[in-house]
Amino acid sequence: MNFAFTEEQEMLREAVRGFLEQVSPVNEVRAQMDTVDGYDAATWQRMAGEVGLQALAIPEEYGGQGFTFIELGIVLEEMGRTLVCAPFFSSVVLAANAILNAGTDKDKAALLPGIASGETIAALAFTEPNGKWDADGITMVARREGEDFVLDGTKSYVIDGHIANQLVVVARLEGTAGTDGIGFFSVAGDAAGLTRTPLATMDQTRKQAQLEFVGVRACAIGSPGEGWAAFEKTLQQASVALANEMVGGAQRVLEMAVEYAKVRVQFGRPIGSFQAVKHKCADMLLEVESAKSAAYYAGWAVAEDNDELPVVASLAKAYCSDAYFHAAAENIQIHGGIGFTWEHDAHLYFKRAKSSEVLLGDATYHRELLAQRIGI
Amino acid sequence: MDFRDTPEEAAYRDEVRTWLAEHLVGDFADLGGRGGPADEHAWELRVEWEKALGRDRWIGLGWPVEYGGRGASFIEQVIFGEEYAKAGAPARISFFGEGLFAPTLLAYGTEEQKQRFLPKIQAVEELWCQGYSEPNAGSDLANVATKAVLDGDEWVVNGQKVWTTLAHRAQWCFVVARTDPASHGHEGLSYLLVPMDQDGVTVRPLRQMTGTAEFNEVFFDDARTAADNVVGGVGNGWKVAMATLGFERGTAFLSQQLAFKRELLELIELAQSKGKADDPLVRQMLADSYVGVEIMKYNGMRMLTSLVRKGVLGPEASIGKLYWSNWHRTLGERAMKVLGPEALTVLGEPGGGYELDELHRIFMFSRSETIYAGSSEIQRNIIGERVLGLPREPR
Repeated sequence: MNFAFTEEQEMLREAVRGFLEQVSPVNEVRAQMDTVDGYDAATWQRMAGEVGLQALAIPEEYGGQGFTFIELGIVLEEMGRTLVCAPFFSSVVLAANAILNAGTDKDKAALLPGIASGETIAALAFTEPNGKWDADGITMVARREGEDFVLDGTKSYVIDGHIANQLVVVARLEGTAGTDGIGFFSVAGDAAGLTRTPLATMDQTRKQAQLEFVGVRACAIGSPGEGWAAFEKTLQQASVALANEMVGGAQRVLEMAVEYAKVRVQFGRPIGSFQAVKHKCADMLLEVESAKSAAYYAGWAVAEDNDELPVVASLAKAYCSDAYFHAAAENIQIHGGIGFTWEHDAHLYFKRAKSSEVLLGDATYHRELLAQRIGI
Repeated sequence: MDFRDTPEEAAYRDEVRTWLAEHLVGDFADLGGRGGPADEHAWELRVEWEKALGRDRWIGLGWPVEYGGRGASFIEQVIFGEEYAKAGAPARISFFGEGLFAPTLLAYGTEEQKQRFLPKIQAVEELWCQGYSEPNAGSDLANVATKAVLDGDEWVVNGQKVWTTLAHRAQWCFVVARTDPASHGHEGLSYLLVPMDQDGVTVRPLRQMTGTAEFNEVFFDDARTAADNVVGGVGNGWKVAMATLGFERGTAFLSQQLAFKRELLELIELAQSKGKADDPLVRQMLADSYVGVEIMKYNGMRMLTSLVRKGVLGPEASIGKLYWSNWHRTLGERAMKVLGPEALTVLGEPGGGYELDELHRIFMFSRSETIYAGSSEIQRNIIGERVLGLPREPR
């Protein structure tokens, strides 16, 4: 038993942190928040070219470096810490893993090298205006037409759906329901019949779009109609990835709160000397450390592809969602009035915490999934 | 990062399992994990079992071989604890001696003290209790008023201790006493070893809200102990006492997660058998407790890895204590919700007889867990000041 990162993994963390601090200081985050696209193309290219983050966890035979989900988790944690605005979660986590889980060797060879090099920005379009995170939420129908399929319907809350040049769409075959008939479909970002509308997101650091499909031609990825297991696994992996990302943000807001509590003086003392504030910080630390334990353990379960994954994915998503939001909210409270301003960064993390909590299902949703998976 | 056993760890686990399978039979097996460090269920039988453990050096397995131990690593000790809990073996009674006093003695004791006391702990011939808290020294432990003065070659001890678990069973007590009468606070304290079987020591049971009396008051009236029964040197009592508290908050509790998980799984079964597991709110509660108990395990493994690397547990041990005591208290409250109207009645006879079933016991006893070994508020102070570096409260 050994629950620690290796020296090489710690070096990776240091390198990623250094890179992100350089390319994505908070003024850069704020600049991207105010754009429609929500990312900087030059930074995205440097991320791929200089540090190879997009390629890191993609298998070598598909143009990647073949590292595991543990290393990917480290990258995401550092991204959550800096709030870097880039289509990494959408392209490298959601879309790439969907392709890896569902695709044939041919699909993977066609789609993954572009994601690994950063040339392709891919997005996974699965949620619909009904806002459900499970099979029942997939109502979009894929109609067979010769070798291809035709998609009609609406996808919403699609992370980076407006900038992706490659869409992976989850839809169902005609006449199916529930977990039957689910399939993955490849659609170009500029396909005929596709209308993409950027959404005004509550969390401006992670953009989303609504996608209208009217007779859009698509190719199947993998076996159309037999995609449920691959989809479910993608959601579990993405939940673990998001948990690791949340841990990075949670650690950062804890640091912000503690730093401020040490220097802000009221009643002639630093406010951190008052137990009312000190105990809040202690509880935050307990929750942040526990969230790390859960996220790291779950990352290992993904890397091992072991049968604990369905349980620990929901466990990590539930706990980290609550812990991050609580820490981000307490950070505002400890900062007092200044923490409520637009100028202060506390609200960026507060909003990211809430959007991360809601995405892929909130803590209540995942506790229910967990209850089912452990046989309650 | 790898959560599987190494081949060596797997072999050790096998050895523990084999021993337990051979020895945990008959009456011992029937005890079924009941009791606790502060629960006297089937005492005589548990003493017999404990002696069997000691004979094969499972008591003190982490001690160096020259003191009769097995020289087991931290991880091997935790493996033993895990297998012990999985086997449903009887709750240990030598906790205070083996778990708290022995590590303290190994760190600060003299060679003579180690040779004198460790074998008796292993043989279950001497049980220990902890003389820390006093009526006016609870969270403010440094406020101890119990005094000890040298009279020839003996210390003469006067004062009162309280919340002393198993004092009525113990042969010895490690006592934090003030040996410099002019001192106050952390200064001038010494860590004395006092025999319990003497006229100067009176033990009075304290009946708790559970109806049982595992805790005691201990009165020292001119109690005596040999001058060399002081650990870590005269005047160094605070440092030594804090080391013991570190063991109490840290390693000693690492393997209890399995017992907690078993309690939760039994509560889940109960909820199902009562048809309450369909209620969405009950499902949320139970799932949340499950998340909590699993993270307790992950936290424990992270702490253990850090312990193996650094050799000592720092103030982060307080995180574990704060975490498990709150989790367990919440489980007790949730158990009452699952019981519903059955929460209204307990075992025992109407009138004075008051006896608790397991769920009521968890519900009530867990109120002590967020208080003993440093209350949750003290743990938060330690985390705030010593882990996060926040300024101390002006005192």
